[in-house]
Amino acid sequence: MRVPEHETEAQWSPSREVGDFLRRFREQIAQRWADATLFRTVFTVSRDEAVEACKVVIDALSVVAASERIEDIEAPGFAVVREQLGRMSASHVRMGRTPAQIANEVAALRVPVTELLAAESRDLPTERVQRTTLALTVLMGTLRLAVMETTLTEGEELIDRQRQQLLEFATPVIKLWDGIVAVPLIGTLDSARSQVVMESLLEAVVAQQARFAILDITGVPTVDTLVAQHLMKTVAAARLMGAECIVSGIRPAIAQTIVHLGIDLGSVVTRATLADALAFTLQRQGTGAAVGVSAEVDPT
Amino acid sequence: MHVPSTVAARLPIGSDMDLTWIRQHVRQAAAELGFGLVQQTKLVTAASELARNTLVHGGGGHMECTPVARGRIHGLRLVFTDSGPGIPDTELALSDGYTSGGGLGMGLGGARRLVHEFTLDSRPGEGTTVTITAWASGPPYPRRAL
Ligand SMILES: Nc1ncnc2c1ncn2[C@@H]1O[C@H](COP(=O)(O)OP(=O)(O)OP(=O)(O)O)[C@@H](O)[C@H]1O
Ligand SMILES: [Mg+2]
Repeated sequence: MRVPEHETEAQWSPSREVGDFLRRFREQIAQRWADATLFRTVFTVSRDEAVEACKVVIDALSVVAASERIEDIEAPGFAVVREQLGRMSASHVRMGRTPAQIANEVAALRVPVTELLAAESRDLPTERVQRTTLALTVLMGTLRLAVMETTLTEGEELIDRQRQQLLEFATPVIKLWDGIVAVPLIGTLDSARSQVVMESLLEAVVAQQARFAILDITGVPTVDTLVAQHLMKTVAAARLMGAECIVSGIRPAIAQTIVHLGIDLGSVVTRATLADALAFTLQRQGTGAAVGVSAEVDPT
Repeated sequence: MHVPSTVAARLPIGSDMDLTWIRQHVRQAAAELGFGLVQQTKLVTAASELARNTLVHGGGGHMECTPVARGRIHGLRLVFTDSGPGIPDTELALSDGYTSGGGLGMGLGGARRLVHEFTLDSRPGEGTTVTITAWASGPPYPRRAL
């Protein structure tokens, strides 16, 4: 490799030599990396895009190397790498690849670039080549760490997003009748879940101008003091919005447990089944509902 | 991997997710020991209360779940342990409606009513241990007149 004229022996540093090498062989490295699994699987349509993405990473790495912070995952250059490779690894995660697979794919980028370095440094002193190769290896190791970090964060965000979607999905508010909405609750009613339930129910009360809201807990396995508290809060909030709330689906075993637990649901209207609750609300709506809906309803 | 619930188990209590595991584990263990639906529901609810106290008031801990037998009657013993602040006045804590936080204050007393045997052992500054036992078909000893 040609030694840049402006550099004297005293100034020589393996990191800066790596930076220099990455700048000068940018095109060649990009061509090699574009065929690596990491880039190929994301940019399936256009190879040019893969080459461009590779160049972004190479430029960023050469900035890191020039600043001699090849071991520093916080080096400014890595921010660009994080963004580029983070976006890519995000689509890898979505494709169902594990962080370990992605880490291996990043690791696989090292060989083509070190081979190129070896080929281009044949005329240089061995010791110098070794130190440069070592610096390049360290830099590629730090790159791998940076990508891993991004991948894991992305994975967590994905799980959070899915969890949120699942919450909303598992909490459908159904319009049963004119002015009557219902939420069939299924599963554990933890604090996050009950927050979603309360919000969707109140939204539906407003949107449907509902006078009655039914919370059906047939699918809730355990009613303890926290669940009871959540139910009572939801009932109170619905009341404030002008709707009357009915809790239905209290199974016999749950009813006995609630009594032993000592929770007073006295202020809450309860019915054994969703059908009972609907009958109750229709009765309360009286003729108004019957006129508004259909003659099939017998509000008795 | 399926761990048979009828074998003694020790489950961590460090998050809301752990509470879900505890309820599932206790329900399954009780069902395998022949608990009826009402007994199962009572025990699971008591476990849910005590595990949440361990998490919220005790700062986390663990639950041990051990099958017990007296003659032909099967039961389940659950021990909740934390090394949190402890309870200065256990009588007060057990009374209905007493809460030091924003709860209903029904958990501890309610759990005691839901099971056959209940012991609360707490030392301020050292932690709290609550041991409960429920039997599949009523306790294997005459009911104490209350
Ligand atoms: N493991 C524990 N460590 C320390 N304090 C506890 C523990 N368990 C209960 N306590 C104290 O006893 C009080 C009463 O407990 P209890 O479970 O009856 O009510 P709560 O947890 O406040 O509300 P909830 O009705 O929602 O359970 C608590 O507020 C708390 O001060
Ligand atoms: Mg409690």
